[in-house]
Amino acid sequence: MESPFRSEEAAFKFLLITLGAFALIVFAAWISTALGFVTWIVLSAAAVWAYLRQRAPGPEPAHVEHVGAEDERRVLVVANETVRGEELMSAISTRALSEKTRFLVVCPALNTRVKTWTSDEDPARAVAQERLDETLARLASVGIDAAGQIGDGDPLVAIDDAVRTFHPDEIVISTHPPGRSNWLERGIVESATARFDVPVSHVVVESQD
Amino acid sequence: MSAHAEAGHEHHGPPAANQSSRVDARVLGMLLFIGSEIMLFGSFFTAYFFIRVANPHSSTITPDAWQFWPPCKAPPVGGECTAGQYEFPVYVAGINTAILVTSSFTVHWALQSIKRGQRKAFLAGMVLTFVMGLAFLTTQVIEYLNVGFNTGAGAFASVFFGLTGLHGAHVAVGLSLLLMVIIRGFRGHYSAEHHHGVELPGIYWHFVDVMWIVVYSTVYLL
Repeated sequence: MESPFRSEEAAFKFLLITLGAFALIVFAAWISTALGFVTWIVLSAAAVWAYLRQRAPGPEPAHVEHVGAEDERRVLVVANETVRGEELMSAISTRALSEKTRFLVVCPALNTRVKTWTSDEDPARAVAQERLDETLARLASVGIDAAGQIGDGDPLVAIDDAVRTFHPDEIVISTHPPGRSNWLERGIVESATARFDVPVSHVVVESQD
Repeated sequence: MSAHAEAGHEHHGPPAANQSSRVDARVLGMLLFIGSEIMLFGSFFTAYFFIRVANPHSSTITPDAWQFWPPCKAPPVGGECTAGQYEFPVYVAGINTAILVTSSFTVHWALQSIKRGQRKAFLAGMVLTFVMGLAFLTTQVIEYLNVGFNTGAGAFASVFFGLTGLHGAHVAVGLSLLLMVIIRGFRGHYSAEHHHGVELPGIYWHFVDVMWIVVYSTVYLL
């Protein structure tokens, strides 16, 4: 959403709109008080509707700088409930075979909204840690050396945090299939793609062992 | 960050702040400012509507007079406002409104002029805006002196002076900002490339005008 006071031109335009709207309200109220009130309600609702509908141009994707050796490739894997999924394991294995690759697996500590507001996040972190430990052990058993960390409950913030410290060359996001995935519903993959200038891959995990 | 990455940088000092909110700091600041202003004016409007609509008998001087808006100068007799009602100077305030709205056009003209590098037009626009803002404030002071009631006339007078006075204070702040722009303008500051110092007072001035349109329509006309 864009602020009507984001620039002088926008503020001037907003002033003219306000002038017109209130002229209409006063004129309607002059005819009848009830009509003035209705006009005010309708114009207010229209203003809120128009404000919520508009889309501000998004910022440019942030540049993620390559760090480490020239031939080293860094892959950030973001998953929680699907972190043990075969499809994700397969995607990681494929990348591990092809190049000298470092992995960072991030498990966002998913939590309910109420628990987030009340800072009751220990159980969520414990569950995420359990999944992460199991996944890292499984990757290590097939010779893949991966690091892991628990991320923020908001997957985008977790990705943002990891990007700033890990500097990935690729981001892999694992989700449930469409229709069952809350992350897909929230457009996490699209948001991450728009936010960073590195490739973002989406892995759909149908089932887990 | 690895040594390799550090070697590739010539940067000194602290790293750039992480803006995880993805909202530009200046836009965020303006949004917070507008939010606080809406709450401030909103509290005054709440008091105004409470007195006018929800609690019209709140006057300690002439309780029955509140059947009318603006209230009667004395208790009504037989449902009639025999002593007459208090009057808001609608027409003077209307002219004042026209002056203030016109000043928004001149500040817009001034900014457009400096964006095109036309310094004389920019300065003329700013001076005109300042003069009109000053005229508005002066007229409001004269209006206060001749309005025929003061803050002791009841709650309606308190909210009237409160709302219009709050707006007047904003005009005074706006005039201070405009004066600074004018002084800097005459000293050769600002150019087609650098005019951020004109843009921000311009936004503030438009905001003050928007609030006045709301105040004038609500208090004087409706």
